[in-house]
Amino acid sequence: MDSFLYILALAGIKLGIVFTLVLLAAAALVYLERRIAGIIQDRLGPNRTGPFGLLQPFADVTKLLMKEDIVPEAANKKIHGIAPIITLGVAFVVYAVIPFGDYILINGEKIYMGLATAPDINIGILFILAMTSVGIYGITLAGWSSNNKYSLIGGLRSAAQMVSYEIAMGLALVGVVMLTGSFGLSDIVRHQDGWLWNIFTQPLGFIIFLTASFAEMNRTPFDLPEADAELVGGYNTEYSGMKFGMFFLAEYANMATSSAIIALVYLGGWTLPVPAETLGLEDGSVLLGLAQFVTFIVKIFAMTIFIIWVRWSIPRFRYDQLMHLGWKILLPLGLINLVLTAVGIKIFA
Amino acid sequence: MILDYIPLFLTVIAGFGLGVIFKLLAEYLGERRGTAVKSSTYESGMIPFGTARERYSVKFYMVAVSFIIFDIEVVFLYPWAVKFRELGTPGIAAMAVFFIILLLGYLYEIRKGGFEWE
Repeated sequence: MDSFLYILALAGIKLGIVFTLVLLAAAALVYLERRIAGIIQDRLGPNRTGPFGLLQPFADVTKLLMKEDIVPEAANKKIHGIAPIITLGVAFVVYAVIPFGDYILINGEKIYMGLATAPDINIGILFILAMTSVGIYGITLAGWSSNNKYSLIGGLRSAAQMVSYEIAMGLALVGVVMLTGSFGLSDIVRHQDGWLWNIFTQPLGFIIFLTASFAEMNRTPFDLPEADAELVGGYNTEYSGMKFGMFFLAEYANMATSSAIIALVYLGGWTLPVPAETLGLEDGSVLLGLAQFVTFIVKIFAMTIFIIWVRWSIPRFRYDQLMHLGWKILLPLGLINLVLTAVGIKIFA
Repeated sequence: MILDYIPLFLTVIAGFGLGVIFKLLAEYLGERRGTAVKSSTYESGMIPFGTARERYSVKFYMVAVSFIIFDIEVVFLYPWAVKFRELGTPGIAAMAVFFIILLLGYLYEIRKGGFEWE
């Protein structure tokens, strides 16, 4: 019973830390996106609220919270309310399996960074894939329940798009699983120690996964579900106040999540650029844990800045082009990647 | 072993719980001054006509059906991928047969125009 309480308390503390981190990351990303967009378009971006405009996202959230919550008369009201909960919930739940570093020893007790208290949560990747599938429900239900033509088209588009690219995503991950022999994200990271990053061993898989991630996030060049020019706001046209804010927050949290997953699976996760011994850091020490955490965060931020950069540089696809890319190019490429990986492992191992 | 999954369940509860909190805040903090026009469907300022509950393109169903087929294929690949090294050559041979069947189905769907979007 003691161990049960211990697990509960530990998980509670970790939950507090991780959720705060995710909310802060979402706020930071909103700010970064607007500032980087400003720089790319040769203007300043938000710079009035707080130093360098850093408090802008907090001002935005406060404003959204105080706004009137309008539910359209024609909407299916229950589902209209549930949809943003699903979208936001999924964005947070994914962090249950994301490790922020290896274990640290406190009083001889192994503490794992990230919410997974045990090293043998062996379903990491499967859990993430399952949760992103649940996330599709949030957007599709939001579009359908609004009973608005723009929303419906946006919802349908996003469902078809996310579903199409999920196959390519799953296929790209099979290659990594074959190399590692495990679904656990910690195992995948440890397997990449010493610059054996999967981006070098799985370059084709990385390109497929990256493209599919953009589609799963509904971001440019695949932002057809909310194509502002034709669908007003897409699936969230009929949402106002903080309910709109929830979709907005989830979008940026998902950006952080996708970056984290790419960093973990292909960019070596929290493995240090130089062996820990050369830095004089002991295995399991708090300092080493901190170094790993910082390495991981740097990789996430590099990835998110890349994602923002892409958004402000590339135009939107047409829907038939999107489907063509997903089904006729990425899917066969995924199968080829699988065959290449199998051959590669047979030859080199 | 089952204890390892407790944090997972806890996160699921807490994550969706946070969503519920945000929704309740959204509903109770803002002032409400509803009018008939405000709560009507938004159609870019035009007077709305009809509902969104109409038939839409069958293409979306086609994508859904294709997804179910190919996603299940991918799910079949996962357990094989985890045990790839242990299975050895017989494993590769078995997967090659599976692959050829999958490829035939894929080529058939391309020829039938299942992935065309016009």
